[in-house]
Amino acid sequence: MLLYILKRLITVTPVAFGVSIVCFLLVHLAPGDPLSAVLPADATQQTIDDMRAAYGFDKPLPIQYAIWLWHVLHGDLGVSIATGRPVAQEVGRAVVNSLILASVATLIGFTFGVFFGFVAGYRRNSILDRVASALSVFGVSVPHYWLGMVLVIVFSATLGWLPPTGAGPDGSGNWRPDFDHLRYIILPAVTMAVIPMGIIARTVRALVADILSQDFVEALRAKGLSEFGVFKHVVRNAAPTALAIMGLQLGYLLGGSILIETVFAWPGTGFLLNAAIFQRDLPLLQGSILVLAMFFVALNLIVDVMQTALDPRIERA
Amino acid sequence: MTAPLTAGSVALDGNITAAPDAPEAFIASRGFWGHVGHRLVRDPVAMAAGILILIVIAIAILSPWITPMDPYKGSMLRRLKPVGDATYWLGSDELGRDMISRLMLGSRLSLFMGVTPVLIAFVIGSGIGILAGYVGGWTNTILMRTIDVFFAFPSVLLAIALSGALGAGIFNSIVSLTCVFVPQIARVAESVTTGIRRRDYIDAAKLSGASAFTIMRVQVLGNVVGPIFVYSTSLISVSMILASGLSFLGLGVRPPEPEWGLMLNTLRTAIYVNPVVAALPGLAIFIVSISFNLFSDGLRSAMEIRQ
Amino acid sequence: MSVIPNGLDPFATDRGGPAQPLLSISGLIKHFPVRKGTGPKRVVRAVDGVDFDVLKGETLGIVGESGCGKSTTAKLIMGLIERDSGDMLYDGQAIGERAMPWRSYRRQAQMVFQDSYASLNPRMTVEQSIAFGPKVNGVPGRQAVERARALLARVGLEPKRFAGRYPHEISGGQRQRVNIARALALEPRLVLLDEAVSALDKSVEAQVLNLLLDLKAEFGLTYIFISHDLNVVRFISDRVMVMYLGRVAEIGPSDQVLAAPSHPYTQALLASMPSLDPDNRTQEALLAGDPPNPIDPPSGCRFHPRCTLAEGVCSAVEPSLSPVMPLHRVACLARQPGSGHSAAPSEAIAA
Repeated sequence: MLLYILKRLITVTPVAFGVSIVCFLLVHLAPGDPLSAVLPADATQQTIDDMRAAYGFDKPLPIQYAIWLWHVLHGDLGVSIATGRPVAQEVGRAVVNSLILASVATLIGFTFGVFFGFVAGYRRNSILDRVASALSVFGVSVPHYWLGMVLVIVFSATLGWLPPTGAGPDGSGNWRPDFDHLRYIILPAVTMAVIPMGIIARTVRALVADILSQDFVEALRAKGLSEFGVFKHVVRNAAPTALAIMGLQLGYLLGGSILIETVFAWPGTGFLLNAAIFQRDLPLLQGSILVLAMFFVALNLIVDVMQTALDPRIERA
Repeated sequence: MTAPLTAGSVALDGNITAAPDAPEAFIASRGFWGHVGHRLVRDPVAMAAGILILIVIAIAILSPWITPMDPYKGSMLRRLKPVGDATYWLGSDELGRDMISRLMLGSRLSLFMGVTPVLIAFVIGSGIGILAGYVGGWTNTILMRTIDVFFAFPSVLLAIALSGALGAGIFNSIVSLTCVFVPQIARVAESVTTGIRRRDYIDAAKLSGASAFTIMRVQVLGNVVGPIFVYSTSLISVSMILASGLSFLGLGVRPPEPEWGLMLNTLRTAIYVNPVVAALPGLAIFIVSISFNLFSDGLRSAMEIRQ
Repeated sequence: MSVIPNGLDPFATDRGGPAQPLLSISGLIKHFPVRKGTGPKRVVRAVDGVDFDVLKGETLGIVGESGCGKSTTAKLIMGLIERDSGDMLYDGQAIGERAMPWRSYRRQAQMVFQDSYASLNPRMTVEQSIAFGPKVNGVPGRQAVERARALLARVGLEPKRFAGRYPHEISGGQRQRVNIARALALEPRLVLLDEAVSALDKSVEAQVLNLLLDLKAEFGLTYIFISHDLNVVRFISDRVMVMYLGRVAEIGPSDQVLAAPSHPYTQALLASMPSLDPDNRTQEALLAGDPPNPIDPPSGCRFHPRCTLAEGVCSAVEPSLSPVMPLHRVACLARQPGSGHSAAPSEAIAA
């Protein structure tokens, strides 16, 4: 098992390098000079050159990359052009908020997805099955930013039950697990949970239906095992895949939260990205994307290792 | 084994029942796509979705001539009229422009920006994937490892990162969405092609002395394009949502052009005044997106004929 | 004469006369690398030094358990995989050399695969599949289609009914007839049938076997017939080659090899065949267990761990193919004079 983890780490390294190259090149995709956004229009050529040298933009690309990578590996993501604060600090604060929101959403999505998936898999072609499959099509087809707006319209603008935006009553931008803050997370988390719910329901339904149709289940029933005993077998066989999907969905939500965070003004990485894009704060853009992508790579790795550990059928070759 | 004699073995005994003096008429077969079409027509959900898509496409094409009012002309006095208004059937927006006209005209850009990236990515991604799958070896390793890098980004993040770096605009958001879908299509194309390449009929074609290019063109292409196409149609829904999402963030279409995502964004301020009108553009995105999803699902199950 | 219109250039007239083997294989070796774990590099010895000839106009049957290297041998002969070493002569000329490049060899050697469905392109009609070969070899489209229809008629499929059909619309036996027609479309002299009837129902199998015999006589074909079914091989083959773990165990005329087998492995194979006669039931399992792993084949004679005649010498000395009768050769120390095996005959038999 340790050997397997080591091997996966080795195969993931080139991907991580590729990701860092893509993030680095992002800045250079941008039209015009990365500094044009912060320099005054009447800056002299001398000022421009000084600034370029200060940010290292005067060196050839591969050397810039090497220097940048060196700093990144030491935890230095540069300095935000807009705020002047270290990018790592800004991203770090936002990541915590995003992680909280994405985790709550994944948990909601997982709970309902597994429930619907099990019911649908056990009672195939029943009305509940139809409802579950309609819900999963809904989950992947609905523009979630619009769903967020609709929920705000219903529960905030019309009914006035829940706050429409923000992470808490004080507006401080940090979520805490207490009742006041809980009210703020409900709408964004429910909105976000719709996608993983659909995908998990669909997967679990297929898994359960597949396991129930296998010969060994017949054999267990024939042996006189109770329905609850059969149920335990189904859970044990479906769990590794369902958990793996849940892990991957957490990654997708974390990276894809920008639209929902914008709708709800949630102070997470998505919100940060949005700000970075509109202030053309390229170091901040680069830094937050790098952190999110690396998080996704790491999560993939963890999911993969965990699934292998849980599922003896997968060969650890 | 007590397998019943197949129809074929009866025919082989010489009891060929076909009318001997029907002179012409080599028995024509529907062929693969004929079967798919036949099964698709019998799928009510897929057909309804398909018809809905056709209607939206027709509206998009005809909208400059059929909108009831000028979609650009606003009126400060007639802002945010509700749905069901005598003049503005679906209400008016925050600048007093007719919603139904703007929704109709907006379908043009929304469809265009949702479908185009998938079309381009279908061509590029299939090319890359089929090449990698058919050539194999080092070419495959290099291409597919590069593609793995793009899979390390959740697609929403990649689309927004690229768009954010390139800057706002229709062209830039099509470019970024294409970059999101090329790796996904290429990966599917690669695995389909690798599967086909191992089939015996490819070996048989090699034995006939055909060149690699001929085998690719005649034997491989026809078998891989179908599955890749179906997969690509399933991406249109995502692409529509993402494209409108980019405009929603202000990274796509610029005002005053009507586009559903952008309309949704500018109407956000109106949710306390006229919530139903504010939600309409999103409903349009949702309907088109779910139609593409259902049609794609139908197409996929219609294609699940014994391979 | 053939009813098939001849659209190809007349190629490959016979060169060496009837005495020269059509195909001559010697020292054929193919090892597949296995990547498993982090240990040292290992190989599967799929084909590990095989020699045999295929005579003009004969049917050579190749038998053996799954994994013995039959199919790998077939793919090597057809050039679908590259050999590690060994010589392959077609009518006296080395295949792949200038005198007999692969391209011209392949027109004369065709193959019929086991899986009748996987070996036909599902998006092509029966007629298109058959006409593909002639077309890529320069036969004009119309002529190629005409030939395809004539061949369909020849293999017993009414062209009017079958030419426009797709593989999933016809039965397994019909598909295999189409595959045979496709193989014949290039007018080959050698046809390799790799388990070509194994997947068919018994009644259909008999029809296809008879068709193969008719076609052989009509077109002057030479067959290599690979099968795990000894009854089928007995029915169709002039000579039989028995393979075990990538090696030839025994080769000779089929009436000798299958009626009076000399190698203990062949004897065991024959004895393990289910008998329909209730008084003659298989008494004991002569072939216990599965064949050993071809990654680590046993030392000496590869069959010795499962052999009833095994002695100490068998794990030390590797037997070579030597004659027990004229034309009948066996790789077994117990049949080899002076091998040191206690059962070995005392003097050599003149070959």
